[in-house]
Amino acid sequence: MRRTTYIQAINEALREEMQRDENVFLIGEDIGHYGGLFRVTRNLLDEFGDRRVLDTPISEQAFMGMALGAATVGMRPVVELMYMDFTLVAADQIFNQIAKYRYMTGGLLKVPVVIRGQQGGGKHYGSQHSQSVDSLYAHFPGIRVVAPATPYDAKGLLKTAIRDDNPVAFLEHKMLYFTRGEAPPPDEEYLIPLGKADVKRVGTDVTIATFSYCLHQALEAAETLADQHGFSCEVVDLRTVEPLDTDTVWESVAKTGRLLAVHESYANCGVGAELVARAYEEAPYLLKAPARRLGMAPVSIPVSRVLEAEVLPWKEEIVATVLDMERR
Amino acid sequence: MKLADNATRSGTAEDLAIQSNSEAAEESGGLATPASITTDILPSDSATDLEVPALPTESLLEMYRKALAIRLMEEALLAAAEEGQIGGAMHTAIGHEANAVGAAYALQQGDYVTCTYRGHHHGLAWGMDPGRAIAEVMGRSDGFAKGKGGSMHFVSPESGMMGANGIVAAQVPHAAGLALASQLRGEDRVAITFFGDGALFQGVMHETFNIAAKWKLPLIFYCENNRYSEMTPIWRTSSIEDIFLFPRAYGMATMQIDGNDVEIVHAAVSRAAERARSGSGPTFIEGITYRLAGHMAGDLETYRPPEEVEKQKAYEPLVVLRSKLLKRGVGETAIAGIDREVDDMIDEAVAFAEKSPWPDAAETYRDVFVDSAASNA
Repeated sequence: MRRTTYIQAINEALREEMQRDENVFLIGEDIGHYGGLFRVTRNLLDEFGDRRVLDTPISEQAFMGMALGAATVGMRPVVELMYMDFTLVAADQIFNQIAKYRYMTGGLLKVPVVIRGQQGGGKHYGSQHSQSVDSLYAHFPGIRVVAPATPYDAKGLLKTAIRDDNPVAFLEHKMLYFTRGEAPPPDEEYLIPLGKADVKRVGTDVTIATFSYCLHQALEAAETLADQHGFSCEVVDLRTVEPLDTDTVWESVAKTGRLLAVHESYANCGVGAELVARAYEEAPYLLKAPARRLGMAPVSIPVSRVLEAEVLPWKEEIVATVLDMERR
Repeated sequence: MKLADNATRSGTAEDLAIQSNSEAAEESGGLATPASITTDILPSDSATDLEVPALPTESLLEMYRKALAIRLMEEALLAAAEEGQIGGAMHTAIGHEANAVGAAYALQQGDYVTCTYRGHHHGLAWGMDPGRAIAEVMGRSDGFAKGKGGSMHFVSPESGMMGANGIVAAQVPHAAGLALASQLRGEDRVAITFFGDGALFQGVMHETFNIAAKWKLPLIFYCENNRYSEMTPIWRTSSIEDIFLFPRAYGMATMQIDGNDVEIVHAAVSRAAERARSGSGPTFIEGITYRLAGHMAGDLETYRPPEEVEKQKAYEPLVVLRSKLLKRGVGETAIAGIDREVDDMIDEAVAFAEKSPWPDAAETYRDVFVDSAASNA
């Protein structure tokens, strides 16, 4: 298999789906002529023209609402939010409208909108450009939430998301854009179903359930824990937060007896809290030690790299938490 | 540029009452009328006045039936709300009927409409069945959305009714998206979106004005200006009271019309639709109208004197339509006959809704997601 970047994988998924289905169009800020702030949509305007790649004014509420309208009559808009933080600017259209529209209309309409863009910290963008919104999206019924960690997963999941008849929040991570990984060449099509977790590292002592950039932090932590402490971590990449594949997690915990959930959105009321709660509700007998979660500390994200590193639940914190769990 | 010299100006509640317009007043037998038509199309557009052709009497009779059905359904719903059969917030459109009926008759099969939570009249004007509409408001299983949407979410895609909305102005970009779909596919469908004067001050409205005008979307913005954003008159909320001035700032063609006269509404929407279909872009229509009932069922209406409402009753859509029919030689007896028929039809609709079963509890959990197993395969 060839190696490619996360950005390239997403670009290819968009391109292939636009070629496959003329109802797919892209809409967002600076995505056409500029090719996207992070160059994710580069070259697509040249190939598909300005009727398939629409540069908008800075009007997140309007173009999000327009995506809904177009989707109800069979178009498949892929909306780029330049930063997923801008979810909050378009919140009424996303949570009050797109997520609820099918339900409020008694199933008469469907809204196949993909909302994609990058989230997360690590690049010192501060409080309004570094948030992770996976837990926020997951709180609302009616919208799928996907957060891939590798180029292979990003491509296969985005293609599925575009074909899905439901709204999907497709959450990329700014730290992943230039990472590389294996993926089949463009002429070998593959799709990855939503709601299927993937075990990225096999282990026996503790299950780390995570997704997006934290997956890589967890894999590094697992390396350190194996080398320096002799602990064997199994790392489960959830890949999608809604649907949440608890079966795969419980299967792993059945082996390890320990569960640590890790993500970059706030720990408070987050996906990890949800996963831990479900573990106690659905499979408490599997747990040999208290299940734990790690997430963003309850502060706004500071710019200073020293302060930012303090609030991100990355490798050092994962290692420390696993060691603490093993002591119990 | 000709501005409405007698459009509603601010000050006191008395000032807010619609001024009498001599010509129209004469026509309607000395009744108080709203502003005369002012068609202010942008300088780039040569039209300065809206021609209002007389519609065939047959069409006026149909429109009268429709407007009356809306009125009687709204009254039946208010009565049902008083009896405790309807919960939540319900906003009736009594007095607004001509805006919806005139517009619906001006558009074609295949066109799209979205509207505000004051949307019962649009639903019926676009052909929704009153029985199923009332059932929806009552939360019964025969409602269009199986009782899940209720009064604020009328929807009927088969009629082009793509959804009313509970959030002020949220439906406006939806219509722009429908217009965009039509434009991208090279179809000649247009979309119309209805909202009130209060919606003018939501940010998303202005975002959509800008995009629609710049992209020349086949879209009609129709503002039903009833002079109150819920309970507050515009002179308390904005220093610009001529609403059509806002969209004009975005480079859009605008019209200010009498929204209580179906023929005028029909002519204005026809003209806007023609512009939209020919690729000339969106038009903003401000229909001056008046809400005769409260903002919602149970409104105390402390914000306007009863005399103001009484005054408006002299020039409301049904009065205007009846006087048109009489002038066309349709007799009082014929009109009374229609009144009885429509009354019976609404009685039957209410009975149908009241007999409609409550939804099954299992229905609660359906329609959250589309079962997309197939699309994932």
